[in-house]
Amino acid sequence: MSQNELLQFVNCRLVRNHQLVLEDLWVRNGKIINPEPVFFDEKQQAHRQIDCGNSIIAPGYIELQINGGYGVDFSHDVDTVAEGIEKVAKELITNGVTSFCPTIVTSPPETYRKIIPQVNGKTKGAQVLGLHLEGPFISPQKKGAHPENCIRDIDKGIDTLVDTYSNLSNVKIITIAPEKDPEGTVTKALTQMGITVSLGHSVANLSQGEVGVQSGARLITHLFNAMLPFHHRDPGLVGLLASNNIPPGQEIYFGIIADGVHTHPAALRIAHRTHPNGLILVTDAIAALGLGDGKHHLGQLELEVRDGKAYIAGTNTLCGSIAPLDTCVRIFKKATNCSTVYAIECATLHPASCLKITETKGTLNFGADADFVMLTDDLFVKSTWISGKCVYRYTVEELAALKARPIEQLCECI
Amino acid sequence: MKLVILDTADSVGVWAAKYVMKRINDFKPGPNKYFVLGLPTGSTPLGMYKKLIEFHKAGKVSFEFVKTFNMDEYVGIPRDHPESYHYFMWNNFFKHINIDPKNAHILDGNAKDLLAECQQFETMIREAGGVELFIGGIGPDGHIAFNEPGSSLVSRTRVKTLAQDTLEANARFFDNDMSKVPKQALTVGVGTVMDSKEVMILITGAHKAFALYKAIEEGVNHMWTVSAFQQHPNTLMLCDEDATLELRVKTVKYFKGILRDVHEKMIGEEAELNVQ
Repeated sequence: MSQNELLQFVNCRLVRNHQLVLEDLWVRNGKIINPEPVFFDEKQQAHRQIDCGNSIIAPGYIELQINGGYGVDFSHDVDTVAEGIEKVAKELITNGVTSFCPTIVTSPPETYRKIIPQVNGKTKGAQVLGLHLEGPFISPQKKGAHPENCIRDIDKGIDTLVDTYSNLSNVKIITIAPEKDPEGTVTKALTQMGITVSLGHSVANLSQGEVGVQSGARLITHLFNAMLPFHHRDPGLVGLLASNNIPPGQEIYFGIIADGVHTHPAALRIAHRTHPNGLILVTDAIAALGLGDGKHHLGQLELEVRDGKAYIAGTNTLCGSIAPLDTCVRIFKKATNCSTVYAIECATLHPASCLKITETKGTLNFGADADFVMLTDDLFVKSTWISGKCVYRYTVEELAALKARPIEQLCECI
Repeated sequence: MKLVILDTADSVGVWAAKYVMKRINDFKPGPNKYFVLGLPTGSTPLGMYKKLIEFHKAGKVSFEFVKTFNMDEYVGIPRDHPESYHYFMWNNFFKHINIDPKNAHILDGNAKDLLAECQQFETMIREAGGVELFIGGIGPDGHIAFNEPGSSLVSRTRVKTLAQDTLEANARFFDNDMSKVPKQALTVGVGTVMDSKEVMILITGAHKAFALYKAIEEGVNHMWTVSAFQQHPNTLMLCDEDATLELRVKTVKYFKGILRDVHEKMIGEEAELNVQ
């Protein structure tokens, strides 16, 4: 695409203003533009028209929580994390993901010191928005798969975080258990730095969660997982979805794993009906994402992929999520019977709103980055575009093969 | 003058679109031979635009070699205001078709020199070879474009101060706040439209019935500016049943009688009474 080339995507339906609209998409210099001044002021026609074959055009998917994939584990492959991110970035575009937050699980300070400086936004695939640091300031009782010996307390306020991470420049999200920051001072400091605080891996009760939100936390890490189960007298972090102590004008968002395994469809529906505007689909995928059936050695772990699920080898113990984000969108739509547009917004508009980046990401509004996906009506990705360039395209045969994958059977079972 | 009476407002839109399409296609426009179209805004022609877009998307008509001139525009409201005629034309027609923006002309109500803007518009129409088909709607008071009652029937494109009736009728589009309603508009004159080779006027709804009666059963009168087109050699009035309520039975029967024989041939269809 040459400088100032004016592209007009025709024969498509755009996800815009919470609906599907029959409009053309105009792109110039990697941005979505308003064609009205082009028509009346510049009096220019498009240099190139691209026939979209009646596809849905949606903003590119945004992934806020992904531990790795395609054999790469961001937290484990420390020395090669930049290459690892590059590899995953190039693969994620096949799932319609155009930007993501590589996620680092609870790790020792040396790991952070090594990883964080290696991360910058530039890749040849999906763009890195910044890291999601999931830990180490979490509850040992809700550690999930995180190593307990690395979990830390916050004893010196924000200085503890600076000491632990050594560098916060490429960090977008930090998951903290709110009980580790009872006054919310660290949450406030991080929020002021433009870092999104996410509440999770926690045994907090609702009021502790509310202090976190009142201090600026905007996200809950994988709702239902690694937190106290909902109790009607102490609803815990789940209760934040229906709290009336959220400051006016503030939205609380929550990541939810809709892989058909880690969150029961009924739980998806409860979350969806309780707080639809805050719902963000995340994969929380592990290194086995995108690997075929069979045994794989990942770090110290030997695992086995069967029927679209990852197990610890030789057992029936699930060891993490491997459903791609576009599959999660389909499963979620099926499970909740929500509209196509809403399902898409849970992987586009909502994560972008949570990170306050809707000027450039997560919408097809004028001025936004031309990061988008062309989708079939049943939400399969046909092609992925970043900055107005096609970075991945499925052939008709590939698309058919995709629909026949075992993981799609999970969709059918919902 | 011809009067085509159709059952509903919808069928008026479809018939008008088919007629425009046939006129363009019969004209066989090309790089050295542009079809020049005069265009209205408002709710009446909306159905016609929708249908033309549909025909265009189906590959039945191209606007590559079509030039358009719009009738009017308010003075002093931003182009992206929903009541601006730029906004109307862009959203309801231009962005959906393949017209070259250089060939789409709308009076600029924000021009520094409004007088010069009007004169230039007349010049551009002349340089385009005149309008082949001017399409218009009318107001309940029989005005065409912003040529309100009392306008000269030989008027040209000019700045026009709007009548109190019009301002009050428009207030609902401007938060019911009279201070926000544009007081002036730029409009082609009755004479400008009279110069076109053909004029097609769309009239629908019972509230326009009296205006239609004034337009065709009474004499030429500058208090009902649309009546001027009785003297145009090639005027086509297109209305629905509701708009005929004030007409004589004799008039209606006469024009309906020739519908089957003549009018359907005008859009290239034989003996099909109700256009779907």
